[in-house]
Amino acid sequence: MGIQGIDLSLIWGVIIAFGVMMYVIMDGFDLGLGILFPLIPDERERDVMMNTVAPVWDGNETWLVLGGAALYGAFPLAYSVILEALYLPLILMLCGLIFRGVAFEFRFKASPQKRHIWDLAFIGGSLLATFAQGVVIGAYIAGIPVVDRQFAGGTLDWLAPFPLFCGVGLIVAYALLGSTWLLVKTEGMLESRMRLFTRPLAWLLLAVIGVICIWTPILHPDIATRWFAHAHLVLFGGLALLAALAFFGLLSTLRRRHTHWPFVFTLALVFLGYIGLAFSIWPNIVPPSISLWAAASPPTSQLFILIGALFILPIILMYTVWSYYVFRGKVRIGDGYH
Amino acid sequence: MFNLEALDLARIQFAFTVSFHIIFPAITIGLASFLAVLEGLWLKTHNDTYRDLYHFWSKIFAVNFGMGVVSGLVMAYEFGTNWSRFSDFAGSITGPLLTYEVLTAFFLEAGFLGVMLFGWNRVGRGLHFFATVMVAIGTLISTFWILASNSWMQTPQGFQIIDGRVMPMDWLAIVFNPSFPYRLAHMAIAAFVATAFFVGSSAAWHLLRGNDTRQVRKMLSMALWMALIVAPIQAVVGDAHGLNTLEHQPAKIAAIEGHWENADNGPTPLVLFGLPDMQAEKTRYALEIPYLGSLILTHSLDKQIPALKSFAKEDRPNATIIFWSFRVMAGLGMLMILAGLLGLALRRSGGLYRHRGFLRFVMWMGPSGLVAMLAGWITTEVGRQPWVVYGLLRTADAASHHSVAQMSVSLALFVVIYFSVFTVGIGYMMKLVRKGPQPHHEHAAGNTFGQVVTPRRPLSADAENLDTDARVN
Repeated sequence: MGIQGIDLSLIWGVIIAFGVMMYVIMDGFDLGLGILFPLIPDERERDVMMNTVAPVWDGNETWLVLGGAALYGAFPLAYSVILEALYLPLILMLCGLIFRGVAFEFRFKASPQKRHIWDLAFIGGSLLATFAQGVVIGAYIAGIPVVDRQFAGGTLDWLAPFPLFCGVGLIVAYALLGSTWLLVKTEGMLESRMRLFTRPLAWLLLAVIGVICIWTPILHPDIATRWFAHAHLVLFGGLALLAALAFFGLLSTLRRRHTHWPFVFTLALVFLGYIGLAFSIWPNIVPPSISLWAAASPPTSQLFILIGALFILPIILMYTVWSYYVFRGKVRIGDGYH
Repeated sequence: MFNLEALDLARIQFAFTVSFHIIFPAITIGLASFLAVLEGLWLKTHNDTYRDLYHFWSKIFAVNFGMGVVSGLVMAYEFGTNWSRFSDFAGSITGPLLTYEVLTAFFLEAGFLGVMLFGWNRVGRGLHFFATVMVAIGTLISTFWILASNSWMQTPQGFQIIDGRVMPMDWLAIVFNPSFPYRLAHMAIAAFVATAFFVGSSAAWHLLRGNDTRQVRKMLSMALWMALIVAPIQAVVGDAHGLNTLEHQPAKIAAIEGHWENADNGPTPLVLFGLPDMQAEKTRYALEIPYLGSLILTHSLDKQIPALKSFAKEDRPNATIIFWSFRVMAGLGMLMILAGLLGLALRRSGGLYRHRGFLRFVMWMGPSGLVAMLAGWITTEVGRQPWVVYGLLRTADAASHHSVAQMSVSLALFVVIYFSVFTVGIGYMMKLVRKGPQPHHEHAAGNTFGQVVTPRRPLSADAENLDTDARVN
């Protein structure tokens, strides 16, 4: 609890959850492009794909840095335990992001003969970063054993079926975000090819979500109790219902050849999954044992950074909206931001 | 469970990634201020040379900024992945300071960088200049926060230890800790000097190849004025920083000096060169100058400085390393001052742009600022060992409990990736440098064929091809 009855830990929990969600949604669709790259061999269409996110991708990635730094400032215990426990997948994620970020830029500057090398770096980096993120999420849900404020598990705890499945699952989710994003942003051959990919991807994601929804309560009785407790049944039932609606919305707008709605419904699916995850572990920040308040830095620390965050975050949000607005509309072959 | 080898690997990994990273922010800090000066001078004098230089260096700035962002991503996570005991112990202080650094950098990138890099033809001159100045100020605010954090770890104050962890008590005392003003000034000036020699070296390269234009001459002239004025100031600031260190971290000074014991009551000599031997507890092959140690460090002829043997063996920093890293830094600093003075002399005799020997010297001095800066950081960081938070937490107690295998794999990954990725990046920057400043045509630049230019990607500020050879006109 904080100053004058304000729950600073709760506020920071919401800010960080919001930052991570912004990251998952926004970097999700541009990582998705890298995942879809192998399916689109034509270099000009690849140019178009990259140009659809060229103005925004590095801003998207900055949310990840902000999430890490804010976690460090507001919940140092969570920062130290989670990052130590998930060392290798996080390092792999960072390596993937570095490769991908640099490939993004240098691909456009490379000669045609060398372009395929940067294409490979882009594909490999995107796949590696996404898979590693999925593993991180899976291992996080699976729980991080902590004894005496220190990570008490093994180096390779994350190398288990459930986290690895989550890694594959996130690749599917990001690919779907990417393909529906391209429905919004492209036209002609590329758009119709994406329409072709989107339907199987959607069914695949449904299967992934289904497996995770069955697997999670089997693995974690405490999450099962929470899901099926009477008080929460309405909440989780409601989330499931909304997710089903979003899925049918996605399929039907896809069939009716809408350009924007499939992307919106995919965002809704990801958002609902994220909310479901948050409610499943609430009020823990390091499942299964450390709560938001137990991991918090002292109120003076949280208040100190809150002042800066409340001043700067709204400006960043406004700028983000503005820059998506400026670069709205379809991207065509030959268009370039270069 | 835990052994020294994994600790060593963790330290090497941090040193490697942070050394690679700091090169880019240092050039960013220096170039941002340089660009603000160039644009200000152009607006004031309407001399197009300044405008052409602005466009030339802003492209290099953009690539450099992109490299800094990518390498900085790793840093934000490394405190937790590799140093989780430290993050838990000191996170309530170092965490918020890092959060402020990221918020500032994020704000700067989101707001003004886009206008600065891509808004030349889209916003008015006054607004564009404002954006450039804000970017320059923003880089200095970022420096402020990150050095507040590092200085607090060197000279901690404004806290209490409760339940074995640091609790912040007074944020003003935390930020403005005893070594902070000196370290901040020393680092900011180091960034300016390093950039000046980068710019000067580029100009010398062009002049040596006969690319003698008014823009190239202006570059060399401005860089050497910087060297003449700022390099000596850096020496004075460095001296003050050293006295501050003597007060708060005497063991570091004793190790830098390779000074083992005070035998009698006489003054301390200065060991000019030698090889400190940590096992034998003496400095081999020492070349000493009497009185000078006392004179430099106490500004007197009779006072003594602390000796290494007066500290317990396990509390001594590695003198072999920092004795030499300090001398590399100080020696390069003297060469920089020399370059500034020679430049002044040649300016008066009129040979500044023609003297090939001098131009070669300036060209080879290009990396000197960056090398000196890294040597300085090695001195202060190795010199505060065995502590990570001075006097409070030992480095050995700060690391995450990772296995040797895990640390080896990740270190190898970082080395391979950093060298492959950043070599290409730095190579691209060098290519832009080789292209040289061009006259800037209003309305045509950056916006060719009616294309839209992104406002947010630093690296795309120039369309120069990565592979083909640069042309020098």
